[in-house]
Amino acid sequence: MSEQATNSTTYREAVKMAIREALIRDERVFLMGEDVGYYGGCYAVSKGLLAEFGPERIRDTPLSESAFVGAGIGAALGGMRPIVEVMTVNFSLLALDQIMNNAATIQHMSGGQFNVPLVIRMATGAGKQLAAQHAHSLEGWYAHIPGLRVLSPATLEDARGMLWSALQDPDPVIIFENNTLYNLEGALAADAGAVDIDSAMVRRPGTDITIITYSASLYKCLDAAAALAKEGIEAEVIDLRTLRPLDDATYLASIARTHRALIVDEGWRSGSISAEISARIMEQAFYELDIPVARICSAEVPMPYARHMEEAALPQVDAIVATVKRMVGHG
Amino acid sequence: MGEFRMPSLGADMEAGRLVEWLVKPGDRCRRGDIVATVETQKGLFEVEIFEDGIIGEALVQAGQRVPVGTVLAMINPEGAAAAAEKAGTVPPPVTVKAEPEQLKPAEVPSERPPVRAERLACSPSARRLAAELGVNVEDVRGTGPHGAIQRIDIEQAAQKAASSAEAAAASRPLPAAAGTLQQGMRQAIAAAMSRSNREIPHYYLEMEIDMSRPLHWLEGENLKRPIRERLLPAVLLLKGVAKALRDVPELNGYWLDERLQVKQELHIGFAVALRGGGLITPAIHHVDKLGLTELMKAMGDLVERTRAGRLRSSEMTDTTITVTNLGDLGVRAVYGVIYPPQVALVAFGRIMERPWAEGGMLGVRRTVTVTLAADHRATDGHRGSQFLEALNRHLQLPEEL
Repeated sequence: MSEQATNSTTYREAVKMAIREALIRDERVFLMGEDVGYYGGCYAVSKGLLAEFGPERIRDTPLSESAFVGAGIGAALGGMRPIVEVMTVNFSLLALDQIMNNAATIQHMSGGQFNVPLVIRMATGAGKQLAAQHAHSLEGWYAHIPGLRVLSPATLEDARGMLWSALQDPDPVIIFENNTLYNLEGALAADAGAVDIDSAMVRRPGTDITIITYSASLYKCLDAAAALAKEGIEAEVIDLRTLRPLDDATYLASIARTHRALIVDEGWRSGSISAEISARIMEQAFYELDIPVARICSAEVPMPYARHMEEAALPQVDAIVATVKRMVGHG
Repeated sequence: MGEFRMPSLGADMEAGRLVEWLVKPGDRCRRGDIVATVETQKGLFEVEIFEDGIIGEALVQAGQRVPVGTVLAMINPEGAAAAAEKAGTVPPPVTVKAEPEQLKPAEVPSERPPVRAERLACSPSARRLAAELGVNVEDVRGTGPHGAIQRIDIEQAAQKAASSAEAAAASRPLPAAAGTLQQGMRQAIAAAMSRSNREIPHYYLEMEIDMSRPLHWLEGENLKRPIRERLLPAVLLLKGVAKALRDVPELNGYWLDERLQVKQELHIGFAVALRGGGLITPAIHHVDKLGLTELMKAMGDLVERTRAGRLRSSEMTDTTITVTNLGDLGVRAVYGVIYPPQVALVAFGRIMERPWAEGGMLGVRRTVTVTLAADHRATDGHRGSQFLEALNRHLQLPEEL
């Protein structure tokens, strides 16, 4: 038996592979967005796809998020399977009317007559000095909206596998790609394919505390867990993967073992997805808790440009380590 | 799939302790079967199940105290459960599931109403662990943030209690899970009872007492009282015994040095059965000087502390007479064995409806059978009869108790 064949690749390439696969497997699929064609995508995700698939299926759009997301909704209603790329989550607010008032609600408002099988991909997150114009983490806002499924792939496998599963969903799905992850390198199975988009995953088992996180913060939490292990603290790290609907069972089962929970979320604290998770823990696992749920979130400021200030505004490994030590009683 | 929950055995019940499972996972049950015993502040109850099915995994273990409504076990429908059983699977763990609905805010399982001005900081998980391990959180010093009690504090307290209990086991039997302790208690009971039967010439007198009047008064009285201050019939019986002993003091004392030593103090030993087996009869001090409300409180406190293993030594040593009440278990009459060097034991059976003839008429009355076991060296049947008569007289005047 040989080792399972793997290829060394990047998160960016994994996303591109997923888009290519979708374009090849389903002729109803097309990619649309700002600079996705001739420029090759703002983060170079779609580089080369225009040459391979042509301008009918790799479509550059005007700088009008509301218009091209709306067009994507129309195409989906018309039987297509559009992948709409929005350059950053900040810009997506221009299309929020389309996303929430149309994509998320048409099925309900049409009495179940129309589904909107639309996939929207967008970059999110800070860490590349892109400042308050580009670098916020608003996925928690989208996770507030019934009618949407919200995904946040953190690993190469999920970057490769979530898109196809999302395209099979009859209803709108938003995939948040953290822009600091595009250069993430790693091994990906040669036969990597579709993955489930329902469940959270334990990325590192542990017994002393449950750290709940998603997207790029996953790696900060894993680094923190490695540092904590040297001091005898075993943290269990859970990657939520899907922010709506939340997979409560996975993290609640973990808390039933560890009796402590820390949520690490790059969003602003007030009204964040971490607040929602904290509330659910309190509702469903109150009697498992040995210490109040803790959260590490971004500072409630517009994301600064200066590197040291940006770093100070974001959850960092040191803060996670210190918080866990305090919670476990070693600090 | 159905859920078998901690039942509410009365409007004032907030939580109950699952004393024993009478079924095990996989057992087939019919509606109306008794599947568990549950203990509340009012006593021990047999709990019925209200649907047919097969008992799933026990989600609450014997000895745990849980709020009303907590799922104790799942009930699988017959067909599906058979299949699941074959596959060796059990229902998914439900500790994390479906708790928000069953845990109404008012049902926080605190062992007693908080009395201190500051609320005790104790993590929910630690509180539950404390209930499981029989640790009183109020006796634990917290080492968590702001002095909060956490799981580790409870674990350490339980360890400490276990080791000190073991040390004390030889001298004084206190309840604990350890098998050696159980054996120690058994041996202590064996020694005392053997000595009693060897040395004490018992005589027994029995009387059936009409409880209609005292119970009627009690029910009226309880209507006027806040729930927490309501009285149990046992309080009337105990107080009746105390008053009757004032009339016949020779039954309250010790047989020592070949003579009767009558005691002025009235410390009535109250037999408390321990789960896990065994029996302790700690004393309620100065029962004659306590009002009914105080006596009720003292009794509840004593039972609770006995079962938690937190009795004071005086309560174990200065008992002047023992009262036992096996009414909970449906026993009609009890013929007790006197605890030396005491000279009498008063025993009550269950209060139940029985045919009662009076004035040429037959009626149904609630009655109780009271039995006096007394030491013939100290008293004779005549005095014993006068005691029972006095007891009856006092019980018929409950408002004066």
